[in-house]
Amino acid sequence: MSEEQIRNLEKQFEERIARDEKIEPKDWMPEKYRQTHIRQMSQHAHSEVVGMLPEGNWITRAPSLRRKVALLAKVQDEAGHGLYLYSATETLGISREEMYEQLHTGKAKYSSIFNYPTITWADIGAIGWLVDGAAIINQVPLCSTSFGPYARAMVRVCKEESFHQRQGYEIMIKLSSGTPEQKEMAQDALNRWWWPSLMMLGPTDAESVHTEQSMKWKLKRKSNDELRQQFIDQTVPQADLIGLTIPDPDLKWNEERGSYDFGEIDWDEFWQVVKGHGPMNKERMKARVGAWERGEWVRDAAMAHAEKKAERKEKEAV
Amino acid sequence: MKKSLYNYILGIADNSLILGQRIGELCGHGPSLETDIACTNISLDLLGQVRSYYQYAAKIAGDGRTEDDIAMLRKEREYVNVLLVEQPNTDFAYTMARHFLFDEYHLLFLTELKKSKDMTLAAIATKCIKEVRYHQRFSSDWIRRLGDGTEESQNRMQAAIDDLWTYTDELFHQTDADKAMVSEGIGVDVTKLKNAYYEKVNTVLEESTLTIPESKYFQKGGKMGIHTEHMGFLLAELQYMQRTYPNMEW
Repeated sequence: MSEEQIRNLEKQFEERIARDEKIEPKDWMPEKYRQTHIRQMSQHAHSEVVGMLPEGNWITRAPSLRRKVALLAKVQDEAGHGLYLYSATETLGISREEMYEQLHTGKAKYSSIFNYPTITWADIGAIGWLVDGAAIINQVPLCSTSFGPYARAMVRVCKEESFHQRQGYEIMIKLSSGTPEQKEMAQDALNRWWWPSLMMLGPTDAESVHTEQSMKWKLKRKSNDELRQQFIDQTVPQADLIGLTIPDPDLKWNEERGSYDFGEIDWDEFWQVVKGHGPMNKERMKARVGAWERGEWVRDAAMAHAEKKAERKEKEAV
Repeated sequence: MKKSLYNYILGIADNSLILGQRIGELCGHGPSLETDIACTNISLDLLGQVRSYYQYAAKIAGDGRTEDDIAMLRKEREYVNVLLVEQPNTDFAYTMARHFLFDEYHLLFLTELKKSKDMTLAAIATKCIKEVRYHQRFSSDWIRRLGDGTEESQNRMQAAIDDLWTYTDELFHQTDADKAMVSEGIGVDVTKLKNAYYEKVNTVLEESTLTIPESKYFQKGGKMGIHTEHMGFLLAELQYMQRTYPNMEW
């Protein structure tokens, strides 16, 4: 194809997106579009799968049968989201094995929030309330993103995430209206998860390298700082309602802006965790890689069995 | 009668509780995302069943005990699950073998329990059997895949079946509560399930090119509350919150 032809295709492509048309896997797309989507969607899938670990950590210790069942259902949903998103990413011409490889070698990222440990039961509530809350804010705009399979996946994912978020908040309600020990557990979890949750919405706009291009492709509709503000404004009243204190002495309502002003985020901590040196980065990868390696003989056997079965069927047919 | 029924329900529910707890450990650590989803789902099914049973048991006890008190606040000697279900997830072959050896029994058992004169138990069985049919299909498929897969998988699956075989006979032992409930037309006579069970299990093992163990030595004790050394650790996790923070609501 000549350069001019490519420019033409690109122009038509951008026009389609501007008209809010969906791009489908078989449509022509610029290589950069493909790569950006592979990067973001696989990162999203990895986050779902790695995210199973901190929550899975409490399945065997959930405090009641009702909570245990709800947590199992939630983690199962996350696995389902992972599967769904991997499949959607595969439509762009990358295999799941390749994506795993990228995750296991550290080439692909996943949400940094999962590099924090879940050390008390209240952390399960805080993750649902704050982490899923922030995830929804990130993800709702993606329901109308330009790449069809991603947009459709997100519609379903967001429905389930908002259920998880309510469930997490409900755990926090129960704890904060419980005994002093339970309330303390809830406050402690909020103290530890608040700042990492704010970081989840990404670096400040000045530092964000992907924003402009992503806006054009509708992978992003609002900037990181706008999303963060939205999250804070939505969450502070929820904390007030159940008598928990946001661990930010600079947090105050700004009448003029109609929003909360908030304190400085520790971006050094953010970059430390992103670069692989958070409290649980090594453990999370060890768990993922370990599961994959321990499972190799199982996957090999499944393949071998399927081949034998197909062979037998062929012979029978002959 | 009330006491026998209560004990009888625990005899059923404890199996699902302990098996569900065991497989729940694997969540996020399985050999593939698909098996992770399936194993989490199986755990979810089993623990959902457990809630129905314990809620019913709590109602029968009628002394303010809740489903969680029954599930999480008994002493080890008071749990009456069979030894099979508490065996650890040594590897995926063990996990699937344990499930398969239990699922085949579970399916036969629920098919009979559906006919119970006790309407609540019959209703629970009717609901559970759909789930357990799926469990049985999932685990027996994995017996076939691993048995008739690679040399390594066959060795591992054979080792798992050989090791776990010793716990199968206990499934068909009758407790006092069993006998009392069978005579009332409420309980299932498990002794009558034995032939059908080994027939089904042996068929799958043969299809899987596995050798049916010949050992005639079996372990028992779970139904009397005498467990293997694995049980205490399982309960330590299961009971952790209830023991550390007594009398609280979650």
